[in-house]
Amino acid sequence: MPNAPRSIQSSNGGAAVPPRAGAGLKPAHVEAILSDSYRIGFLEVHAENYMGDGGPPHRALGAIRDNFPLSVHGVGLSIGSEGGLDGTHIARLKKVVDRYEPGLVSEHLAWSTHDNSYYNDLLPVPYDEATLSRVCSHIEHVQEVLGRQILLENPSTYVRYEQSTISETDFIRQIAVRTGCGLLLDINNVFVSATNHHYEPLAYLEDFPLGMVQEIHLAGHAPDVDDEGDLILIDSHDRPVDDRVWGLYETVIARTGPIPTLIEWDTDIPEWPVLRKEAMMADRILDVHAGTDSSSRRRAALG
Amino acid sequence: MQTTVSNREFTAALSDPEKATPEGIRGPDRKKSAKRFDIYRNNVIYGLIEALGDIFPAVERLVGENFFRDMARLYIRANPPDSPLLFRYGKAMPDFLATFEPVAHLSYLPDIARIELAWLDAFHAADRSCFSAADLAAAPESQLDDLRLTPHPATRVIRSRSAAVSIFSATRSGASLSEIDPTAPEDGLVTRPGHDVQIRRLPPGAATFLQSLIDGARLADAAEAAGLEYAEFDLPAAIRAMLEAGAFNKRGQET
Repeated sequence: MPNAPRSIQSSNGGAAVPPRAGAGLKPAHVEAILSDSYRIGFLEVHAENYMGDGGPPHRALGAIRDNFPLSVHGVGLSIGSEGGLDGTHIARLKKVVDRYEPGLVSEHLAWSTHDNSYYNDLLPVPYDEATLSRVCSHIEHVQEVLGRQILLENPSTYVRYEQSTISETDFIRQIAVRTGCGLLLDINNVFVSATNHHYEPLAYLEDFPLGMVQEIHLAGHAPDVDDEGDLILIDSHDRPVDDRVWGLYETVIARTGPIPTLIEWDTDIPEWPVLRKEAMMADRILDVHAGTDSSSRRRAALG
Repeated sequence: MQTTVSNREFTAALSDPEKATPEGIRGPDRKKSAKRFDIYRNNVIYGLIEALGDIFPAVERLVGENFFRDMARLYIRANPPDSPLLFRYGKAMPDFLATFEPVAHLSYLPDIARIELAWLDAFHAADRSCFSAADLAAAPESQLDDLRLTPHPATRVIRSRSAAVSIFSATRSGASLSEIDPTAPEDGLVTRPGHDVQIRRLPPGAATFLQSLIDGARLADAAEAAGLEYAEFDLPAAIRAMLEAGAFNKRGQET
């Protein structure tokens, strides 16, 4: 599917995800979200958690889906794998997507499966030509089976491959151009990777194809040290979004106009009001930049 | 020519903390990468330990959190997951516990793990209606002996040579174990009649009766098998438990 036709890009089925703040859905928050007078813009789920046949997870997600737009975020496709994709897993993802008709479907520029073992983390890929064409063919395959566009998320990384010959932003741009996939810009990942690899996050965002971004992720990170005792950041999703990440976020939104923005919090999960406070912060920034013609801004950013 | 690193080389080092970081994996400015690579190792192992803790909360409480985490590391090394569906991970835990010397004195522990796996299977099982007392009453009496039933997808029969059902229930609810004789054999039934998973103890013979029905036996044959195992098998009580628990979905057998 080189240069995906518009029909693929627009046939996204379910209720559109609005350019507002959303939250990663946790089972413990379902009741509070449904009864809250603050109506969050959308919820996002990890696809793999809803690949069982039935039971309480599907009952809860059904109730959420009846009341809110939904985004489905895969963590297990292993799009960056050297081997082929697992057809069974793509079929499972399709079942979740067909059942809930989410407004957005996304996956990671990473790999997690090799030789039938699952490594339960988002492992980095080398940025070289061989990997680029493999990732593109994997994404084309997934979009074909799902019958819709997916978004690809930029990774957080701690190491780099010496064999890499392409910058991360170029690598991601070329994937989007070749496959017609959209992009999910994780600004915490940008900040974490920039710190870990000693570059400026703003320079990365300058190079990033912002006009292709359809969703943003924000999350917290944890400090650690590397072999030389220098600061390294862990993409931990266990605390509020860092002020510097909020700053980068505002810079991006000022340039692109409002984009659906997800707050991720996956470890040491707090009570719903803590997560809601983060979402409301994103809403405030989105509100400031609403009412401007975002589509022309996005065209300009794409330019 | 730069050193290239394959997925195989990356994962070989990932799974073995004794191995060096693959040549060709670096920090910025060709910085060393041992601690950086360890972040991936830690993410993998920490995530899987958490997943096992979520699957086996009663086992974790019975052995203590620190012991459980150390044991989980050994389990993960010996049984890495083969699927991104982590709620299906841990299937080998009962056998692992049965041969793990440091917990040999807790002879009921493998069965606790079996119950936790059955509980999670039931949690994720497909949604189906339950065969009810009214459904049974609607069956003509002349056909009762020949009645066959389709099990509800959540239904699991537990048979233990220890008091695993009582220990499981008490542990999950935080109750005391002091009243339980761990050596008293117990049978149990895991079902999901409404929204939530339930577990109940079964009277003697009922496990054989229900398992026979699940395996496709006629009602009369299932009752006979239970009677052979336990002479005073109480058929009405077993049927009551079966209906209350919602163990079956409908009359007839799904082909």
